[in-house]
Amino acid sequence: MSDTHDRQPLEVTRRQVLEAGTIVSVSGLLPVAAQAQAPSPQPAPENGATVQVSFHVNGQPSALEIDARASLLDMLRERLGMVGAKKGCDHGQCGACTVHIDGRRVASCLTLAAKVDGRDVTTIEGIGRADALHPMQQAFIDHDALQCGYCTPGQIMAAIACVKEGHASTPEEIREYMSGNICRCGAYVGIVAAIEQAAPLIERS
Amino acid sequence: MRSLSYIRAKTVSEATEAFVAAGEGARYIAGGTTLYDLMKLGVERPAHLIDIASLAGSDRIETSGDVLFFGAGARMADVAEDGVVRRDYPVLAESLSKAASQQLRNMASVGGNLLQRTRCPYFRNGAIGAYPCNKREPGSGCAAIGGLDRGQAVLGVSDACTAASPGDWPVALTAMDATVEIQGPAGPRSVPIAEFYRLPGDTPHLEFAIEAGEIVTGISVPKTEAGRNSTYLKVRDRESYAFALASAAVALAMDGDHVRHAHIALGGVATRPWRAREAEELLTGRSIEPDIALAAGKAAFAEARPGAHNAFKIELGARTLADAIMTAGRKMQ
Repeated sequence: MSDTHDRQPLEVTRRQVLEAGTIVSVSGLLPVAAQAQAPSPQPAPENGATVQVSFHVNGQPSALEIDARASLLDMLRERLGMVGAKKGCDHGQCGACTVHIDGRRVASCLTLAAKVDGRDVTTIEGIGRADALHPMQQAFIDHDALQCGYCTPGQIMAAIACVKEGHASTPEEIREYMSGNICRCGAYVGIVAAIEQAAPLIERS
Repeated sequence: MRSLSYIRAKTVSEATEAFVAAGEGARYIAGGTTLYDLMKLGVERPAHLIDIASLAGSDRIETSGDVLFFGAGARMADVAEDGVVRRDYPVLAESLSKAASQQLRNMASVGGNLLQRTRCPYFRNGAIGAYPCNKREPGSGCAAIGGLDRGQAVLGVSDACTAASPGDWPVALTAMDATVEIQGPAGPRSVPIAEFYRLPGDTPHLEFAIEAGEIVTGISVPKTEAGRNSTYLKVRDRESYAFALASAAVALAMDGDHVRHAHIALGGVATRPWRAREAEELLTGRSIEPDIALAAGKAAFAEARPGAHNAFKIELGARTLADAIMTAGRKMQ
């Protein structure tokens, strides 16, 4: 959420190497807010064969040329500066990278960036504002549903989808349908309570 | 991961033509939950990806005809939630809803799931390549045999490979006598699911009866009254979101209190989705009682060949099957 806007431009040394082994320019890592004010974002070099993708992220149109191997997660974080979705395992096993595509929750680390051409992507950055939190965000605060917070963006995106799917009617069902999101700190009791609180405030899809 | 080209096909013929045109290193990708994962591990190394996730009409689910038909592109989550499937074929719905996580079920297709590859840790050790694996690199040897083999199969193993078949949905489909619909450059064909999966034998790298360039286009399941009296029981190291240590798909066709025919398949314990004919025969003509169910469970594992750390799967598998038989039997009342 807030780290998109609060962070200084990221250190190249820390983030320059993508999982795919490609190098990204600093210009490609600028936060979204700053990028919007820039005259035109510089294209970032990609090492491999590229594909052109046009899609909406949090309602805003986005178009860029991306390495055909890149994941949606890497594209969001390294090219669009949207670092809310987290890279935990990078193998679809932890849920920290959860985002919505066309309203459905997916693991962005196992989604090829090329696949989102023409789709609507929603990330944690797109669900609320600092002065108007999404009910699920508020519920996580109310129930201390986190400790370190690393899994939280994925937990919240999964939780919103869990409610919209109609899979949040009992604590048991919530636990089953949230099992794709691992919390190493063990905040599960708070997470289940938060989802129970927020569920009536969120419309079923 | 090596550089690759990516295109998205809109029809089956467009996809097969693109496959032929792309030449060596071409692979189809649907949900990508297995292929992309294995690309990151260096196990799969495609040069060209042909995306078949959005082929026109490939996601249809038809339950009103003589058979259940699932388009290969239908998402696991959507088939798991289908009202008719849930009511009349719980074994199918449960096998899907107990697989993976909702995120992955929203991505993975029911056709691609048939081609999921083993979770054997030595097989998945592709990028580092410190361990041999006959499935990953034919002829290199098997580090699982005599190694850390707790998760390995006990049924259908060979001296070349003991890797467990990972799926749940294929196990349920095996019990229900499904047919896999395939289309390739040479045209369409149908393969009974029992013939779709190969035993490892001396060639564990050959897993599926599908040729290069062919696409799984759909899955047909014959309708049967046994579907209502069915269940999928999955036993795991944790309660949710884990691969099966042992699982059982059971559907019972009954004459009154007696079993006319039992459909039984096992997962987590075998090198392919495992039809348990011995257990089916033992149940035929019997009523559903705990001792009979356990005898059927033990019969299914009579030929089991455990390794160093997985002998527990014989007892666990037998009792998993016994429990599933009792659950399916209770649906009669």
